[in-house]
Amino acid sequence: MAILDILKLPDPRLKQVSESVASFDQVLRDFIADLEETRLAGPSAVGIAAPQVAHFQRIVILDLSGRPKTPNHGHLVLINPEITHWKGFAMGREGCLSVPDYTGNVIRATQIRLKAQDADGVEHQYEMEGFEARAVQHELDHLDGLLFVDRVVSRRTDLHRRKVYK
Amino acid sequence: MTDTLSDWNLLTLVGADRPGIVSRVTRVLYGLGCNLGEASMIRLGGNFTIMLMVSGARPDAEILDALAPVAGELGLRLHLDPLSGGLHQHLLPNIQVRVAGADRAGIVADVTEILAGQGFNILELESDVAGERERPVYIMNIQGYSDQTIETLSGALAPLTERGVSVDVSPVDVLIG
Ligand SMILES: [Zn+2]
Repeated sequence: MAILDILKLPDPRLKQVSESVASFDQVLRDFIADLEETRLAGPSAVGIAAPQVAHFQRIVILDLSGRPKTPNHGHLVLINPEITHWKGFAMGREGCLSVPDYTGNVIRATQIRLKAQDADGVEHQYEMEGFEARAVQHELDHLDGLLFVDRVVSRRTDLHRRKVYK
Repeated sequence: MTDTLSDWNLLTLVGADRPGIVSRVTRVLYGLGCNLGEASMIRLGGNFTIMLMVSGARPDAEILDALAPVAGELGLRLHLDPLSGGLHQHLLPNIQVRVAGADRAGIVADVTEILAGQGFNILELESDVAGERERPVYIMNIQGYSDQTIETLSGALAPLTERGVSVDVSPVDVLIG
């Protein structure tokens, strides 16, 4: 196991689009273990995506098991994840291991349906909401070479008003 | 926070909004070799307001002299003050307080006094007046840090509800991923 180096803005490799995982083998399992160790070594991140450590495959780790008050599926390894359904939107504050010392407001879908494989290649479907849905959208962006700073909106962007008069 | 003077100055500019203010001002600063730090630039009541951290690579007088022609031409009032502290001192809010009500008089003082009494540290406050001209609605959004629970803060602010002011206290959950 090893703690891997995290790419930081403005490293251009963060813009690279990651490739699908095809082999579910020991190499994959070893990498997932390193990715998890790297996530835990950093400042309380609920998720990490493989491209953040310069490994350009569609692999995400998500762990909201430490947040009993938020609906979540606990610790997840998501391989080749795909959001198949979006609903609602909300603004929330995000930060990123790849963007130290900055947080910003981002609009994300509040409910999603997610399809992903696990480390053994078995496909699963998840219904997610709120914070967990936000975390998945943040991590999946990394797989497509996007950072939350590409989506930051001003706090004056008034979601509240739009909600009232919809 | 540090109390010692840093290399940073705070440049404040206020004036009627017109196109090109930001580019003209920042071009002058760049020409002087100044670095820019954190900035807030926003329209308030049809005026353009800029608060901008500018590194003190040059003497104050030189910065003010260089900006004088642009300020004169664009009708901007400007200020330059020494600043303690510097970059990379962000504090993360954990609580958000949203306030809305027809009652404007004293609403800001009332809300913030109650919060101060609870040891709430205001990090950001934005307010606006919405609604129709004859029936204005005052809307305020405060983000800050507090060790108190949501319930305690809500309870402390509850008396405002009797005045028809709607107050909502909610967690600010910063996602790191
Ligand atoms: Zn991230």
